[in-house]
Amino acid sequence: MTYYEIIGGILITIGSIFLFLGGLGIYRMPDIFNRLQAGTKATTLGAMSLILGVGIMEGTWEWILKSFVIIVYIAFSNPISSHALARATYLRGHRPYIKSEDKEKMDAYREVVENDPKRKEVEV
Amino acid sequence: MIAAAIYAVVQKDLLYAVIATGIISLILSIVFYILQAPDVALTEAAIGVALTTIVFIITIRNTVRMEDESDKNKNIKSAAK
Amino acid sequence: MEYIIYLAFALMTLGIIFAAIRFIKGPTAGDRVVALDTLTTISVSALVLLAAIFQRFIYVDVALVYGVLGFIGVIVIARYLEGAL
Repeated sequence: MTYYEIIGGILITIGSIFLFLGGLGIYRMPDIFNRLQAGTKATTLGAMSLILGVGIMEGTWEWILKSFVIIVYIAFSNPISSHALARATYLRGHRPYIKSEDKEKMDAYREVVENDPKRKEVEV
Repeated sequence: MIAAAIYAVVQKDLLYAVIATGIISLILSIVFYILQAPDVALTEAAIGVALTTIVFIITIRNTVRMEDESDKNKNIKSAAK
Repeated sequence: MEYIIYLAFALMTLGIIFAAIRFIKGPTAGDRVVALDTLTTISVSALVLLAAIFQRFIYVDVALVYGVLGFIGVIVIARYLEGAL
């Protein structure tokens, strides 16, 4: 067991744990914006860590180079899709989840958001 | 994959059916990959994820989103306009 | 070393199962698109790990194509939901 395999195994374990947490968060969260956070940020970190771990575990230069290319593409493409989706759901008029007894926060939110002229009130 | 396919056929909202089609393509690509055919998996990924979704979304935008059981002739008319 | 890979596959399978439950349950269109995005990212990781198991260097290209093209469908659906397509 070489040092490459030890470092790669640690990175693979961290990455798979974060991927599992992303899936769990997308199931447990109460609101679409929270689901976006859990479903894109956690899985981005998990995928980066796991792919880098596989590249280091194999230990040759071509594996490490190709895993870096995949990491760069994930780092570009995943926040782009997350941002586009969050903007679309916000402009469609979804409300964030606020606890029902929290009246002040609800009023402040309404004051800011419902005067936004670009926002349409179309549910679903 | 079979569950996603049944979901795509049964679903009344056509947008959800398009998303289910994307999941079918994803799982089919993984199946091709495990069966040691990476070139077929590559083509399936490129076609199924990007091109099919774009074509179906443009079609939905030009026609109707909800599938309506009662009067199908009206939908065909509005699609033909 | 094999146990780590088995553990990684078990955790990723659990994540895929939870995302699929959210895809079936999700009340709005946005939830389903988020579930699709998460499934795509987990699948890219699973493809790279499978390539390391098969010891085939050329198999990583499939994961590379998924990483490049996987977000186009999500962006198209988001633009349609926004009404700007």
